[in-house]
Amino acid sequence: MSVTEQNEKQITASEQNPDSSNKINDVQFNSGYFGDYGGMFVPEILVPALEQLEAAFYEAIEDHDFMAEFHRLLNDYAGRPTPLYECRNLTSTSEGRIFLKREDLLHGGAHKTNQVLGQVLLAKRMGKKRIIAETGAGQHGVATALACALMDLPCEIYMGAKDCARQQPNVYRMELMGAKVIPVDNGSGTLKDAINEALRDWAASYEETHYLLGTAAGAHPFPTIVREFHKMIGEEAKAQIKEQTGRLPDYAIACVGGGSNAIGLFADFIEESEVKLVGVEPAGKGLESGHHGATLNLGKLGILHGSHTKVMSDDEGQIEESYSVSAGLDYPGIGPQHVYLQEIGRATYESATDDEALNAFKLLSQKEGIIPALESSHALAYALKLAKQSTPETLILVNLSGRGDKDLEYVRGLEKMKEKGE
Amino acid sequence: MSRYQSMFERCKKENTIAFIPFVMLCDPDLETSLEIIKCLVEAGADALELGIPFSDPVADGPVIQQAAIRALENKATPSRCFELLAKVRLLYPEIPIGLLLYSNLVYRRGIDTFYEECKKVGVDSVLIADVPLRETNFFDSVAAKNDIEPVHILPPLPSEQTLMKVSQSSKGYTYVLGRAGVTGADVAAKMPSEETMQQLKDYNAAPAVMGFGISKPEQVTAAKQHGFKGAISGSAVVRIIEQGLDDKRKMLSELSGFIGAMKAAT
Repeated sequence: MSVTEQNEKQITASEQNPDSSNKINDVQFNSGYFGDYGGMFVPEILVPALEQLEAAFYEAIEDHDFMAEFHRLLNDYAGRPTPLYECRNLTSTSEGRIFLKREDLLHGGAHKTNQVLGQVLLAKRMGKKRIIAETGAGQHGVATALACALMDLPCEIYMGAKDCARQQPNVYRMELMGAKVIPVDNGSGTLKDAINEALRDWAASYEETHYLLGTAAGAHPFPTIVREFHKMIGEEAKAQIKEQTGRLPDYAIACVGGGSNAIGLFADFIEESEVKLVGVEPAGKGLESGHHGATLNLGKLGILHGSHTKVMSDDEGQIEESYSVSAGLDYPGIGPQHVYLQEIGRATYESATDDEALNAFKLLSQKEGIIPALESSHALAYALKLAKQSTPETLILVNLSGRGDKDLEYVRGLEKMKEKGE
Repeated sequence: MSRYQSMFERCKKENTIAFIPFVMLCDPDLETSLEIIKCLVEAGADALELGIPFSDPVADGPVIQQAAIRALENKATPSRCFELLAKVRLLYPEIPIGLLLYSNLVYRRGIDTFYEECKKVGVDSVLIADVPLRETNFFDSVAAKNDIEPVHILPPLPSEQTLMKVSQSSKGYTYVLGRAGVTGADVAAKMPSEETMQQLKDYNAAPAVMGFGISKPEQVTAAKQHGFKGAISGSAVVRIIEQGLDDKRKMLSELSGFIGAMKAAT
């Protein structure tokens, strides 16, 4: 038996044997677990900060005034509810029907604004004086910057140096709104390194500073906070598709990097067993290529950024670098609730390659006049595949989580390289 | 009697406290790392705190991050670190050896396998930087089965409940943080309150050792006067390695001088 097999076997054995004392499940009595996944795997020094956040969060969502203020901002400032639009030209009349939940029309250009407004209100409620955040594609950074401008809070955004380069317009947007963008050079220069750096900052600054994590991954309570402050995506979409078609969709599809827009779409459908939930991961240059970010498909159980979850890791435990054409999906971990939904079979996780996503990006632009974010294009790519295999009776709900303006320069660069035959 | 107990007793008899340097295993490579560790012991280290390099060390500042990167670039793996540890133990049967690492390294190896290997090569204690008390059962129970002492961190300004739990859970020694933040020599440690020191005694905590932000002999003396039984210095040691990569002999002599001065201050 190889060392790899032995490790797998041992970890699996300890996970399947409920009597074994070697079980992560032993600590399940702590809050913050989805089945075996989640938890609070952070340096001791950050535990009081996370517990303070947890308490403030549960108190706030029961507080009528807090939630009223949150919804007022969502509606009047950010533009909720976002429309649900049935594509007219994207699929032929013999194929499945695709409905887009237009989070790309939300202020800031992506779904990220929802939960950022919630967390900034929470930070104010806790009396924090400064916000830090990480960002991958820059969408979470932009959302954080705009919310901090609105609330008059200083904010610093950690962003991988590689991501700064491929998302220049977003760097400028953040700076324009008063945020300080700190490029992170170490490691792979992408989202995971930005998170590391934000955690290091927070370990020194937690008394005055709120760490505004932007995805459904990370330590408890973040996966829960992020889901609760994004779940209106699914709630609205459910009501809208019922109104437009008289029933629930057959599929609810979202791209998955850390998993925030997907959990926001899925949350209100989890109980609706007839709705198939599908997350779409970045297959990059192909699942076999070794250059991808398909953590749920090919990752292993591990611990990253505070959570017992699936990670892209070698057998010795080093975190591997993920890859995707879209910076927002380029993350070697995943929100723990998705691992749980996959394990219990409630959601399935497919993947789309760079090329498939780029094709979907162009197709939606050409057929519907909507330029999607490269992240959302992954969800769309899978939806297109599904539509082709189905009939007009099939209703496919896709979370169009962001708009593609930020990607234009990058995609043009790729095209130019292709023309030159590189 | 455990190696830590013997060592703390010896220090007590000598009217000193323990000086414990930290270095990253296999930094910059296995062979040099062994020479460095020998140098630390010969120069007067009472115990060793050794890191296994990890790709995403969130509790570490830039100096120790760079040490991990150097080691990983030279193909360091936990397996090679265990090889190195076995060599160190063979050379020094009595010195307490503590490991400091991150949870994914333990988890991916298989938690049982990891602690069994620790036992096999003669490791005394393990501190997992990203496993706080509320998630620790899973690891500590396996550690206990293998006679490995789990070390836990007492953060600055702890609640009484945290202090009590750390006192109960941390074996070998109690790692008392000199300040918030990540590892590094740039921001100096501050002494905890008299009350905290008294509470540690009241709760029968394992000997209190101060770490984070310790880079000068006078800080070691201050720690002793404050009632600490030991002091850990990491980034200051690793910085000497970083700056001496081009001239190994000079690096070893500087390390020796630094360790000597720190130990002399105990």
